[in-house]
Amino acid sequence: MSTATVAEQYRALRQEAAAAVEALKQKPVVWVGTATCGVAAGALKIKEAFEQEIKERGLDVAVLETGCMGHCYAEPMAIIAKPGHVPLCYGRLDEGLVHRLVVDFLDGDDPGYEYALVALEPNDLFPTFSDFPRGVYEEKMILEQCGFIDPGNMDHYLARDGYAAVAKILEMKPEEVLAEVKAANLRGRGGAGFPAGEKWEACRKAPGEQKYVICNGDEGDPGAFMDRGLLESDPHRVIEGMIICAYAVGASRGYLYIRAEYPKAVERVEGAIARAREKGLLGQSILGSGFSFDLEVFQGSGAFVCGESSALVRSMEGKMGIPEVRPPRLAESGFRGCPTVLNNVKTFAYVPAIIMKGADWFRSTGTAGSPGTAVFSLVGKVNNTGLVEVPMGTTLRQLIFDVGEGIPGDKKFKAAQIGGPSGGCLPEAMLDVPIDFDSLQEAGAIMGSGGLVVLNEDDCMVAVARYFLEFTQHESCGKCTFCRLGTRHMLDILTDISRGKGSLESLELLQELCEDVRDGSLCNLGKTAPNPVLTTLRYFRDEYEAHILEGRCPSLMCKDLIVYYIEPKKCSKLCNVCVGSCPTEAIYTRDDGLKAINQEKCVKCDNCLKTCPVEYNAVIKLSPPSLLAEKEGKSK
Amino acid sequence: MSKVTVIIDGREIKAPAGRKLLWVALENGIYIPNLCAVEEYARPPASCRLCFVQVEGREKPVTSCTLPAADGLAVQTRSPRVDRLVRTAFELLLSDHRLQCASCPANRACELQKIARERKLKLRYGRFPYLQREPAPDDSPQTFAFDPSRCVLCGRCIWADQEVAKIGAIGFSRRGINRSVTTFKDVALAESPCNECGLCVKACPVGALYFKKTAESK
Repeated sequence: MSTATVAEQYRALRQEAAAAVEALKQKPVVWVGTATCGVAAGALKIKEAFEQEIKERGLDVAVLETGCMGHCYAEPMAIIAKPGHVPLCYGRLDEGLVHRLVVDFLDGDDPGYEYALVALEPNDLFPTFSDFPRGVYEEKMILEQCGFIDPGNMDHYLARDGYAAVAKILEMKPEEVLAEVKAANLRGRGGAGFPAGEKWEACRKAPGEQKYVICNGDEGDPGAFMDRGLLESDPHRVIEGMIICAYAVGASRGYLYIRAEYPKAVERVEGAIARAREKGLLGQSILGSGFSFDLEVFQGSGAFVCGESSALVRSMEGKMGIPEVRPPRLAESGFRGCPTVLNNVKTFAYVPAIIMKGADWFRSTGTAGSPGTAVFSLVGKVNNTGLVEVPMGTTLRQLIFDVGEGIPGDKKFKAAQIGGPSGGCLPEAMLDVPIDFDSLQEAGAIMGSGGLVVLNEDDCMVAVARYFLEFTQHESCGKCTFCRLGTRHMLDILTDISRGKGSLESLELLQELCEDVRDGSLCNLGKTAPNPVLTTLRYFRDEYEAHILEGRCPSLMCKDLIVYYIEPKKCSKLCNVCVGSCPTEAIYTRDDGLKAINQEKCVKCDNCLKTCPVEYNAVIKLSPPSLLAEKEGKSK
Repeated sequence: MSKVTVIIDGREIKAPAGRKLLWVALENGIYIPNLCAVEEYARPPASCRLCFVQVEGREKPVTSCTLPAADGLAVQTRSPRVDRLVRTAFELLLSDHRLQCASCPANRACELQKIARERKLKLRYGRFPYLQREPAPDDSPQTFAFDPSRCVLCGRCIWADQEVAKIGAIGFSRRGINRSVTTFKDVALAESPCNECGLCVKACPVGALYFKKTAESK
């Protein structure tokens, strides 16, 4: 078929989509962010409230769903685009505010600026994203449309030049496509940073009729939701990247491996695949080019280890999700023994823009060794939690204190846990480390797929290390000796330390065992499992020593090393709140009317401390518990 | 297959190109500790993590069961790093192994004993305390019994059952610390498709699978 047909077919699709989107702009539209994060915050109720209020007033307003804009701290959110006004985004919505916006803005003409978060287009009245510190640092390469288009309506993607890259590559040679991706030095965003172009080239060169392209959406780090956000908010971008990859390597089938715990992502991706197929962008002879490629979703059962490439492929084959020795690499022998490319969701998402704008454009952002951007789910003790995208090379300090606007309350920053259970905890002294694959590895952490948990002075580093180790120990497949038994003994040692039962020798043993598990494990999950322990031992050894030598938890977090105490000087006879809050009736009223804790009954649930009114703040934690005798002696 | 020359502990040895180094060494009388290795596997399980060797020019030890013989490949079966990893892997395995050699049917024929002897490692719980999990034994078959508290999860029995005898009575199940060799749905071996061919028992390098004395003597 002639190449003109491809361009023509695409132009027709795009025109039709653009017309539909243009028609939508003629009337007011309310966009409610209904990715999982928004839904969890109550977005569906907000959407219902909008629909109800609009119906009651008989207004001609469309209420549409969109994905995640990345501002988790302000969910639920909605954008109101009304002709004649600059589109405005509102956060922390509730039914009352919805009522107000419908009555005053949609029915009336007052946008309610006092409730608006940000304007989406430059204007004279209200700041836009770029006027905030976060907007200065953020550079959105793959999240640019997340939260601004309806992921369920393919027209929105097409109208913004979606699938133009597919139309473009179908007129190129596969080698040229490959050369462009290689020139961009796109490194895999799943964590290890292996150059995608090299992977693709190996797969292209590998002998075999049948080849596969698989997208790894088995995101499993605690606190990470980058892939989910992208799949729920802009699924076509990932699909487009996969089509381009398939064309470059000569694959005719592909799979999106998405964990079943992401039902919304599964639903939206399946919907997107069906619509792309209807429009001739997937399936037989895409855009009449003669190149055929089809996709389907494979739902993973939520084992962390299935994010490892060989385990992922095995689980797709119906076997136990257990890693295998490499080589052979997947590019040579992958799914069903055929050459296979496996890349992370984000990696594929970069590809359409690289094709459209070129490798040089991609390389102009980020660092020489790690071009492009990094996507993080910024969570923990940070003001602006959310999904952020910053150029590689941005420092942790900029990410946490500028983009995230620092630590809430008067608390002090302690550490950034980066890279999930395979990553490490970096202290304040490392805050100026640029975020890129190589610098983080040097610091002992890993880029990972982008989880970033901010920890403050209330977080005990022994407990944090223990938390992550409990996770990897639980998620270990059990195949190899080091991971199966090594992580178990590491966890036992850490548990002892957090209970004040450790010794300096056990600390040495822990360090040795961590190094051996790192060097001796079969797969990368085992090799990286000790990272949270190794980094905390490296940067926060004093905390381990306080637990061991003084029986003291400096952050007052390890339950076995703290006691709760009510300071008589601060406690009030007039208040009874803590008594009622205690689930074990451990708090009693003394003869003088003040409250005290019966330590034998106390289960350290923290309720009394939380409920004690701020004007008293009489409940405190003491560590080591031996301080109690001193306190009680003094108060009597 | 073309022949290549590898150098193990300074000895030049001719071997078929691509053959895994563990087998080249064992065949030439050079012992490398191993439990899970079965040469016929297309992809070695490499799960016991005992057969580490030091390859010249490489910093970290590698498992010899996955290392293809190539011309000029030079390895040392011992080095401080190798010894450290082997010792840790061995002690980790022991920490989940019920150590009662005197009453064990595999006493003196046990691979763990052999490794201890060859590498001068102690056959007792050391740095890592015994985990004391002690799952219940299955003595339902007439001729043999299975005591999982001695099992080192090498998987040789599963190879014998699935690939040699082609029965499929047993396999790995569960994950993490709970990984174990079981029948489908954990039924007793006597209720499984097992026909008591005994190949799995012969494949067991330790005393987890053993023939019942009475059955043998009768």
